[in-house]
Amino acid sequence: MGLFVLRRLGVMLLTAIALTFVVFYLTNLPPNLEKLARTEGSVRMTDEAVQDWIVKNGHSGSIFLRYGQWLGVVPGWTYTDEKGQSRGRCFQIGQDPALAPRYCGLLQGNWGYSTFFKAPVAGSLGAKLAATGWLMLAVMLVMVPTSLLLGVLSGMREGSVTDRTLSTFSIATTATPEYVSGVILVALFATASTGISPLLASYGLIEPNKTLFLASATSAMDKITFWNFTLPVMTIALYGIGYIARMTRASMTEVMTQQYIRTARLKGVPFRSVVMKHALRNALIAPFTVIMLQFPWLLNGVVIVESLFNYKGFGWTLVQAASNNDIPLLLACSVVAVIVVLMTQLISDIGYVFLNPRIRLA
Amino acid sequence: MTASAAETAWDPSQPILEIEHLSISFFTRLREIPAVMDFSCTVMPGEAMGLVGESGCGKSTVALAVMRELGKTGRIVSGSMKFKGRDLATMDDEELRHIRGSEIAMIYQEPMASLNPAMKIGAQLAEVPMLHSGMAKDEAWKLARQIVADVRLPDPDRIINAYPHQLSGGQQQRIVIAMALMAKPALLILDEPTTALDVTVEAGIVDLVKELGKKYGTSMLFISHNLGLVMDVCDRICVMYSGEAVETGNVTEVFDRMRHPYTQALFRSIPLPGADKNARPLISIPGNFPLPHERPKGCNFGPRCDYFEKGRCDETDVPMSRVPGDDRHESRCLRWQEIDWDAPPAKRAVKEKAKIGEVVLKMEDLRKYYSVSTGAFGGGARKVVKANETLSFEAREGETLAIVGESGCGKSTFAKVLMGLETATSGSIMLFDENVQSTPIQKRNTDTVSQVQMVFQNPFDTLNPSMTVGRQIIRALEIFNYGKSDAERHQRMLELLDLVKLPRAFADRMPRQLSGGQKQRVGIARAFAGGAKVVVADEPVSALDVSVQAAVTDLLMDIQRENKTTLLFISHDLSIVRYLSDRVMVMYLGHVVEMGTTDQVFAPPYHPYTEALLSAVPIADTKVTRKRIVLEGDIPSAMNPPPGCPFQTRCRWKSQVTPAGLCDREVPPVRVLEGGHHIKCHLSPEVLATMEPVIKIAAE
Repeated sequence: MGLFVLRRLGVMLLTAIALTFVVFYLTNLPPNLEKLARTEGSVRMTDEAVQDWIVKNGHSGSIFLRYGQWLGVVPGWTYTDEKGQSRGRCFQIGQDPALAPRYCGLLQGNWGYSTFFKAPVAGSLGAKLAATGWLMLAVMLVMVPTSLLLGVLSGMREGSVTDRTLSTFSIATTATPEYVSGVILVALFATASTGISPLLASYGLIEPNKTLFLASATSAMDKITFWNFTLPVMTIALYGIGYIARMTRASMTEVMTQQYIRTARLKGVPFRSVVMKHALRNALIAPFTVIMLQFPWLLNGVVIVESLFNYKGFGWTLVQAASNNDIPLLLACSVVAVIVVLMTQLISDIGYVFLNPRIRLA
Repeated sequence: MTASAAETAWDPSQPILEIEHLSISFFTRLREIPAVMDFSCTVMPGEAMGLVGESGCGKSTVALAVMRELGKTGRIVSGSMKFKGRDLATMDDEELRHIRGSEIAMIYQEPMASLNPAMKIGAQLAEVPMLHSGMAKDEAWKLARQIVADVRLPDPDRIINAYPHQLSGGQQQRIVIAMALMAKPALLILDEPTTALDVTVEAGIVDLVKELGKKYGTSMLFISHNLGLVMDVCDRICVMYSGEAVETGNVTEVFDRMRHPYTQALFRSIPLPGADKNARPLISIPGNFPLPHERPKGCNFGPRCDYFEKGRCDETDVPMSRVPGDDRHESRCLRWQEIDWDAPPAKRAVKEKAKIGEVVLKMEDLRKYYSVSTGAFGGGARKVVKANETLSFEAREGETLAIVGESGCGKSTFAKVLMGLETATSGSIMLFDENVQSTPIQKRNTDTVSQVQMVFQNPFDTLNPSMTVGRQIIRALEIFNYGKSDAERHQRMLELLDLVKLPRAFADRMPRQLSGGQKQRVGIARAFAGGAKVVVADEPVSALDVSVQAAVTDLLMDIQRENKTTLLFISHDLSIVRYLSDRVMVMYLGHVVEMGTTDQVFAPPYHPYTEALLSAVPIADTKVTRKRIVLEGDIPSAMNPPPGCPFQTRCRWKSQVTPAGLCDREVPPVRVLEGGHHIKCHLSPEVLATMEPVIKIAAE
């Protein structure tokens, strides 16, 4: 077990380095750097001035050396101009370069300075991640139990009316992308003029000109309520519910045709117990992997939903970083994404062994 | 409760199960497929009823119908099934649920698939009394522990806390039996309960079933395709053919004085002691089993029957008629009174014995070790599995050498090494004076590959489903570089089809359009495509029905005679081995424990393992008496073999070895007895000489 995890961690580390290097290379392409120089310096800079700015700010030289600096395994750049003023990666202008550490990259905890937020990346990203964490937690709490329930209900009697109804629902929700379902949900539940809110208002169930749910989740940054959080959660969850329910259904129908289920039935076990005691655990082995794979998928699902509902989390940050050419922030986002993906894979592999006593990893 | 009221009302002198004119059909979108027609049978209390027939004859459908478990498409069309006087066919779900598991229990063919992999054994057992008699949980577990001990499983405390995959096949089947016995049912349905098990394990299970049947007075419905097994277990027998019962009666009556042509043909096609491939070959049943929707008019067996009379047998449905004088003996034949049942079969062709030639294949001191790891995540200690240990033998041209042994004995590993799919750890394989021991199949030249070919066990999986039969054979010819042009290869392919006695039109058929026996013929044609000199047949007929087995076996023998092929026949079925082989090699846990001519191996002195193996094989002949030697326990795992003699853990002769304890310490040397008979045993020649024959045939 220990050896397996160690080996997997080693592979993960290599994967992470390779992936971040690709992102680093793409975000540090010359046109990007020129654009950065113009936004940081002045829009009317000459081409020579731009090149000069790039050199002065440590963006020149080999891509590998710059990647090493960002990672913290190569000493940070320093530049001393004609006036004798020093600037460098590891210290602010005016500080004494001799006192500054030589290395200051990711490994030293220096994630860089966000040009968009005008703040260190680590701090601002942390808050955004926490916000997204809440969103993901709520989505998981809604999505996993609902989808498993739907899957088991439709899978236990293949071809029945329940099965067909639930399957149609699942296929419909998985086939609808979030930007479509999000808009539909907003139109239905969160506008004062259309959907069901005016109806409810006319019955006096909600106050006039109020809506059932709020179409913006910005206020949820401070305080999460049922009113402001339902729509973003449902938008993400709906898609996942359909997907996991389909997986669970497939697994459940297969288990229900197994001989041990027949054994149980012919022991005189009532149908409800056949499903709950005999089929369920066996049927959950396959969806477990799928559920673990939902975590990385959630990270990209939130990009659309957070932008749609203006919820300032990880996805929103990623969009802002990309559109504002904020290289350190973009890099940090990709590091987080890579770690989340690889960790969930590891957890899913290990969990699988514990769920299914017959599986051995080698 | 209506259930308990009916129970008390039932008179124990009446039949437990009474099936009358039962017809079952499966309804598909296209048509109604009748699976069972006009089936009647009666099981008295304490009686064991055997249901015999080939696959597709409807015997399992009858069993499942008694449980009312016919799936969504199956339906009982007419007839009644009375269990203790109550009609099962009209019972509602709730009543059924009370009967299932408590009054009627079932034992299944594949024990591994029948046990829930994610539940502990104890929980699966305890469930039954908790459901049916409302027993408390700890009490039910106590009962489970006791029943586990009852089915003679070692260490019941460990077993009830184990998961199914931690037990061996034989242990799993004992658990399934224990589960059926938890509620002390009145009727036990056994659906091919030992088909998936090894013979020595099967013998133990059969003994257990018989003993428990007596102990609890349980009636049994025993379904099997193995006539010998039915004779061992049952009092009465019902032979089924194509959805109908064709003959029913007392076991000895039916075996000795059968009154239906199908029963007779069936007995003539199975290798009983005394059958011989040259002097008294088996007689296969001509033709094929009719598909359910293509049944002939009149008698279903008509088209394949030797006594068929046109205009009579194919006119009307044949009813069951009473054979007078006998104990409820019935036959579904119009002509049973006219047929001379004692006449010897007409067309028994006596064949010439093939001449045995030069040594073709010689193995010396062959070893094959595998190294495996034991931890769940790939770590853990590495272990060496000794799949083959010092294997030495030679095989001659035109000879049939049988390799016999139970699962895990290393017979398949041996075949793989010979074929070059694996390379041996040490030793040599000489094929026509060429050492092929360390040459994997990719590096062998085409000649060597085409000379050594294999016929596989399962014809259903070994043909490419998307290629026509002719194409598959031509493909083999191309690989073997046979012929100069496509036309030449096509011609050869047609000749090969002739060789395996398939119509030439089959060249354009897809494998799915063929029956199991026909597929196996294609497999044989493919193996012989390149003029193979050595053919390894790995259980070539064990997946086929009895009536087809004989035909395929005879075909193999004929081709062998013509081509002077050396046949290495791998099998666990000693009856067929005795019938067709010239020499026999018995393997146990990677060791060759006995080797000699067929007569030497099947007569004393035996190796103790061979003795047990012989006694474990059920023989469908009332004139044969067998000594019962039931081996205790399971075959040890090859990962963890016992020290010393591999067989010492189960050997009943161990106490007669001097000095005592020798078997625990040393692997026995190979003793060569007269006539080149090898036995790997510590027993002294004097003790070996005292052994008695296991099988005795009473004088006719």
